[in-house]
Amino acid sequence: LALTAAHADPVQDDQLLINGEEELATQAPAPDHLEGALGDTVYSGWLFRDTDTRAMQKDDFDNPMFLFVDAGLETWSTPEGTADKSCADCHNDIEESMKGVRAQMPKVNDKGELWALENYVNDCRTNRMGAEAWGWNSQEMKNMTAAIGLQSRGMPVAVKIDGEAAPFWEKGKEMYYTRFGQLEMSCANCHEDNFGKNIRSDHLSQGQINGFPLYRLKDQGAVSMHQRFVGCVRDTRGVPFEAGSQEFRELELYVASRGNGLAVETPAVRH
Amino acid sequence: MQHILVLTVVVAGLGAPVMAEIAPADVPWAEDGSISESLTGTPGKPEEGKVVMTTNALGNCVACHAIEALPDVPFQGNIGPQLDGAADRWSEAQLRGIVVDAKHTFPDSFMPGMYKVGPFIRPGVAYTAKPPEKPEDIQPILSAQQVEDVVAYLMTLKE
Ligand code: HEC
Ligand code: HEC
Ligand code: HEC
Repeated sequence: LALTAAHADPVQDDQLLINGEEELATQAPAPDHLEGALGDTVYSGWLFRDTDTRAMQKDDFDNPMFLFVDAGLETWSTPEGTADKSCADCHNDIEESMKGVRAQMPKVNDKGELWALENYVNDCRTNRMGAEAWGWNSQEMKNMTAAIGLQSRGMPVAVKIDGEAAPFWEKGKEMYYTRFGQLEMSCANCHEDNFGKNIRSDHLSQGQINGFPLYRLKDQGAVSMHQRFVGCVRDTRGVPFEAGSQEFRELELYVASRGNGLAVETPAVRH
Repeated sequence: MQHILVLTVVVAGLGAPVMAEIAPADVPWAEDGSISESLTGTPGKPEEGKVVMTTNALGNCVACHAIEALPDVPFQGNIGPQLDGAADRWSEAQLRGIVVDAKHTFPDSFMPGMYKVGPFIRPGVAYTAKPPEKPEDIQPILSAQQVEDVVAYLMTLKE
């Protein structure tokens, strides 16, 4: 069919070479826990986007997210709150202290709770700086999570799913296969059973989260993982959970684990 | 078959289509997922059905199905089978069943029930992401007559 041939499966003939020097692996062997649910390979969402969108992510000057990364880096060294401290006062150079952090989030904290990167940031703001918490989807939060995420770019996603994380992971998995809303669709219906296919003009990817927060051309702005989850559940004619909720953090852990081994792409570009 | 006969008698007996619309909860399913009775008693209009099937806010069947008989409709999806020839593969009763709620024909189908009001998990009011305040806030995706119109169009898809 001529009409549907415009998009194809994950592109085969392109490489995500950042700034002409650093190549990011856009596919990886599927993690064992998937037991073949996605075949033998997991693919970055980048491979499902069109040529122009892919190109924008190859060059940090063309990638609109870098405006937000720069804002995040500025905030990193700006004192705030009653303690009049900046992130840099405690964590020094973001390039060193935050290297690898994104790749392991979300994770279980020392109180046994499952925390996403946003929780850690707000914990430092409220308990260590005496500053106000940022909204989960606020621009400030996305700026900071983009700046922190960038420090893991190229590193393989490696969330822990065993030990204390296991019960959270199980719940996230259950949610992934739950058919929500009046359309009765689960994440798996779109991103496992049908990736590579077209649902009207949308070319379905595996719904991986290794590039978040990312720039979405359609929204002309930065989008967090939970914001994307909200949108996908709403599109089932369903009622999503809140961004930052326990449910969406569990889902985040499970979805992240489906991409274990993929390179962190933060900050990615999608349309 | 029996349903069709009964229906014919009723309609013939009273002249005009007076049959009350069948509500989503009262749909008379056959074992095999087909529905032999019309939901409205009013014959569907294929032209209307075509509009329903190709309009995003209505059936949006082309989101998942390609229809070569409609070459002007852009961005036809390829999730489900191409629908050309559907009337050769299925009877009218079977097609009605598939459109009303395909899960009676294909148990784990990805295809949404078009004339169904529950039970659902966390249903929202259309695409508002808001929970219903009262049961009537969840309306079937298509009206009974729209289902009949779609079935009438599908019946034209012969190869
Ligand atoms: C007063 C000191 C202090 C300030 C200011 C501070 N942090 Fe922290 N931060 C900590 C400590 C202590 C930890 C816990 C370290 C640990 O457990 O390894 C931490 C942990 C974190 C973590 C989790 C790291 C990991 O690998 O688990 C992140 C992310 C983080 N901080 C980001 C920030 C950001 C962003 C800011 C500024 C908005 C900030 N912090 C400000 C002291 C601070
Ligand atoms: C009705 C189909 C549908 C369902 C159900 C659905 N999604 Fe999506 N999702 C999409 C479409 C379309 C896109 C945009 C194209 C793409 O990347 O697949 C998307 C994109 C995404 C992305 C962004 C991927 C990227 O690389 O930018 C993530 C993450 C995602 N979905 C996760 C989920 C999760 C988690 C669920 C379940 C809570 C879910 N989706 C349910 C259709 C769906
Ligand atoms: C979200 C996806 C989706 C939408 C929307 C959708 N379908 Fe389907 N449909 C499917 C899938 C998948 C199948 C294959 C059967 C199965 O589920 O295994 C199917 C099967 C069918 C069949 C039987 C196919 C054949 O010829 O053998 C018919 C007829 C059909 N659909 C009609 C429709 C009509 C009419 C609409 C809109 C009112 C519609 N579908 C909307 C996904 C969809």
